[in-house]
Amino acid sequence: MSTSLARGWETVIGLETHAQLSTRSKIFSGASTAFGAPPNTQASVIDLALPGVLPVLNRGAVERAIRFGLAIGAKINPRSIFARKNYFYPDLPKNYQISQYEIPVVQGGTVHIRVGDAEKVVNLTRAHLEEDAGKSLHEDFHGMSGIDLNRAGTPLLEIVSEPELRSSAEAVAYAKTLHALVRWIGICDGNMQEGSFRCDANVSVRRIGDPKLGTRCEIKNLNSFRFLERAIEYEIARQIELIEDGGHVVQETRLYDPDRDETRPMRSKEDAQDYRYFPDPDLLPLEIQPAWIEEVKGSMPELPEAMRERFVAQYGLTAYDAATLTASREMADYFESMVAKLPQEPKLCANWLMGEVSARLNRDDVELDAAPVKPQALAALLARIADGTLSGKMAREVFDAMWAGEGEADAIIEARGLKQISDAGAIEKIIDEVLAANAKSVEEFRAGKEKAFNALVGQAMKATKGKANPAQVNEILKKKLASG
Amino acid sequence: MALTLDDVARIAHLARIEITDAEARRTLSQLNDIFALIAKMQAVDTSGVEPMAHPLGGAQRLRADEASETIDRDAALRNAPAQQDGLFLVPKVIE
Repeated sequence: MSTSLARGWETVIGLETHAQLSTRSKIFSGASTAFGAPPNTQASVIDLALPGVLPVLNRGAVERAIRFGLAIGAKINPRSIFARKNYFYPDLPKNYQISQYEIPVVQGGTVHIRVGDAEKVVNLTRAHLEEDAGKSLHEDFHGMSGIDLNRAGTPLLEIVSEPELRSSAEAVAYAKTLHALVRWIGICDGNMQEGSFRCDANVSVRRIGDPKLGTRCEIKNLNSFRFLERAIEYEIARQIELIEDGGHVVQETRLYDPDRDETRPMRSKEDAQDYRYFPDPDLLPLEIQPAWIEEVKGSMPELPEAMRERFVAQYGLTAYDAATLTASREMADYFESMVAKLPQEPKLCANWLMGEVSARLNRDDVELDAAPVKPQALAALLARIADGTLSGKMAREVFDAMWAGEGEADAIIEARGLKQISDAGAIEKIIDEVLAANAKSVEEFRAGKEKAFNALVGQAMKATKGKANPAQVNEILKKKLASG
Repeated sequence: MALTLDDVARIAHLARIEITDAEARRTLSQLNDIFALIAKMQAVDTSGVEPMAHPLGGAQRLRADEASETIDRDAALRNAPAQQDGLFLVPKVIE
């Protein structure tokens, strides 16, 4: 991106994101939406498009759209309309997809993103309800394609951003923020491998200062943040090179091939789509009363943006820590459960969650809600740091044992005899012995050799098998050396 | 506005309908008659009238989110010209 800017080009990106809504049943039928069932066992007569059937709209899908609209501060249209988008493809048995066209359920709204230290507000155009298509399998079925209609009719919320993103980094930050948000408000499981969250990127380039947008290409079905970034990077470079070589960009749909790290055209221009949208006569307008919106509002969780600000104000955390802790609802809930047990030490809780816990989750490839140590148990361990029983080093040892399933913090401390020595009298006695036995180090220290101090601390810790409270050892030793 | 034979050919293609030249000419005149009718309706002053999305008044009724319908897959596949492993088989399509 920096290189294209340097060459005088600006990138313009808009994203269309499909979030699969986490309903139990499909948007227009009562068939199950569970993932991974044997082919064509979850396709009702409506999903199969048998003659004479009628779609009936799922209240749960509409409710999730309202939740999303409220979360981004958008307008929830009191009346929206379902339309038919017409095209032929074997995994679309009706030969049209039910979507929303002229009046979507959600209009406008904003998403706040962060790239490095910079904050940016991205405006959304709309979000509309629609149904997913089935799946085509192109492995060899005697030269034919196999069609599985289990996914047909699965509810989707298509979320459309304004073309306000200016780099692949901004596009990825936006997609990640949106991904975290839909999971946060519980409308989508966000599983990208299973296709529950996928992006189409509209990319164009123009000379810096040119008020006119360049011709765009749409890269379809990007199902990982890395592919999203790579595909956009490739596409920017391709378009700039094309124009600089005297050519021009042709508006088309392209696919990203991760193996070759390139995009290539998906449909030829002659076959340009004409979807002939029109209001679906099978469905009456969707009306959403203000009372329903109020009811949904009452069930909304605190949103990440608000929670981040509260963490700074209430717990005195840095903006960075607050942002990290509110990256997912699981993380935020874990943190707040810890702090509820240990209200006087929010920073200690934050540090351990972002440091020790996160490191072990990464190492073991485990999600936070499956972590072997629950927040209350970790808070009980941290309480032993706070009250001086354990040093940080000892606490890490106990934590490893807890992580390995050896039990609660206090039981492990007891069993391993890990109690830190914080009794000033006891430490003083040990230090007196250390000073007597290490006259040479004492002399060196008095002669100005700072390192000798550390050697004395080391001796004191060794004498207590690491159990002495290091802060106290430092303090008492300093006092003794100064007075002696 | 009047359609041309090219428009008819394009509409037929979009609908995947194969028509002969004679059918196209006949269809062209029928479609133009319909457009003439539409032109008459469009001449009516509708300013201040909210467009209808559906000839019936009222709002869409909603269904509770419950997985309540299952199908007999064998029955569903029975009419398919070709099938294998529980899948409908169709002429190969790859974009």
